Amino acid sequence: MTAWIMGFILLVIKLSVVLVVLLLVAAYLVFAERKLLARLQIRLGPNRAGPFGLMQPMADAVKLLAKEDVVPEKVDRLIFLLAPVVVAATAILIFAVVPFGQGWTIGGREIPMVVTDLNVGLLYVLALSSIGVYGVALGGWASNSKYALVGGIRGAAQMISYELSLGLSLVPVVMLAGSFSLVDIVAAQSRYPFLLLQPLAFIIFFMSSVAETKRIPFDLPEAENELVAGYHTEYSGMRFGLFFLGEYITMVVLGSLVAVFFLGGWRGPLLPPLLWFSLKVLAVVFVMIWLRGTLPRLRYDQLMHLGWKVLVPLALLNIVITGGVMLLMGM
Amino acid sequence: MKMTRNIAVVTWDALVGLAKGFFITFIHLFRRPITEEYPEYKRTLPERSRARIILTRDPNGEERCVACYLCSAVCPVSCISMQSAEREDGRRWAPWFRINFARCIYCGLCEEACPTLAIQLTPDFETCQYKILTLVAEKEDLLVDHGGKNHDYNFYRYAGVTAYQDKGEHIKEAPPVNLKSNLP
Repeated sequence: MTAWIMGFILLVIKLSVVLVVLLLVAAYLVFAERKLLARLQIRLGPNRAGPFGLMQPMADAVKLLAKEDVVPEKVDRLIFLLAPVVVAATAILIFAVVPFGQGWTIGGREIPMVVTDLNVGLLYVLALSSIGVYGVALGGWASNSKYALVGGIRGAAQMISYELSLGLSLVPVVMLAGSFSLVDIVAAQSRYPFLLLQPLAFIIFFMSSVAETKRIPFDLPEAENELVAGYHTEYSGMRFGLFFLGEYITMVVLGSLVAVFFLGGWRGPLLPPLLWFSLKVLAVVFVMIWLRGTLPRLRYDQLMHLGWKVLVPLALLNIVITGGVMLLMGM
Repeated sequence: MKMTRNIAVVTWDALVGLAKGFFITFIHLFRRPITEEYPEYKRTLPERSRARIILTRDPNGEERCVACYLCSAVCPVSCISMQSAEREDGRRWAPWFRINFARCIYCGLCEEACPTLAIQLTPDFETCQYKILTLVAEKEDLLVDHGGKNHDYNFYRYAGVTAYQDKGEHIKEAPPVNLKSNLP
């Protein structure tokens, strides 16, 4: 019984630490993105709140929390209120299966550096990221506004097409690791990261995950210069903040998934595992910001073309080749 | 075969194009930002930039404004109002002159309409106030003791009442016609 209680307390502590760190990282990611993007465009970026503008995320949070939560008159109230929660909650929940370090041993008890090691972790990730689409689509629909509706529809169409290549690009990883568990996938990369074996899958997964985070060049659901703000046009206050937060948490989560699936997770020489993991996530996130500073938005038909006619066939081909090679090598 | 080669060429071109773009933006990461940080650094604005409005004086130190209402009439937001009157020497002036800067859009039409160069816009743009009524400027707030953009101009040297010169003595004015000698 005491062991069970100890485990429970440890779990609660771990959960809260992970949650707080994740939220803080997401908040400061907004700041980092604004700064980096500004430098890419030879601007300064936010530098007024605190030294180097470091208090900017806090100021933004206070502003969003203090603002009125406007619910327009003819919206579908329940769905309108729930949609942002779906987006933020699914994004946070995905992180539950991401291993972010080597297990610690405290007092003879091993504490794994992962919230929960699901044996179907990868399926859980894909399932939750699919549920996240509901937040976007329902938020767009419930707003009862043309811009939000068009944004929501685009979001749904885009996410469905990119979900497919996202899932298919991970099949070779599962084949190589022989497991759906993210902990096992990291363990399978003990000698070399899967990036070296599966460069194509890496590229497909990365592109799909950028589309999944609704970021430039795949930011059609938001497309601020065509659709005002897309699916969250009608949202204000902290509900808009939840959409925003969800988006940046998704960015962190997908960055860590790229790190786990292709860059060897927390594994690396010399530096401690947690640091390696953060470095890899930051590198992926930096490339995402760099992408935003470089590429223009794709047209809707180009997006669909790329998704269905290029990425999906390539991902399928990659599965076949991986299977063939594995069969030949008798693995 | 040709088809596959085309695809290869197109793909290669696309990759090179992408790499170029990414390289350019990456280099920009290390460039010095060109931002001018406003409250700390204030660039000097061009002389003719349009902001706070003033009423200027002629070289003799007299008010240039002759209260002709042209600025008030041309103002698209009707922010200028005044009262006209005539002095003992026949010269017109405005006993009161009011500009509501809360309404002013700084279009500069009043300056263009003014026949005496009295009303002028200055580059001084920091006119924010917390209370909107403090933005209503009366004549004593507007009047300055210089000639603005043209110090030498004096309307009455070119036209206007004969309080200062006789007929034909204004600059560029033809001598008065002698009606009697001009008869056919």
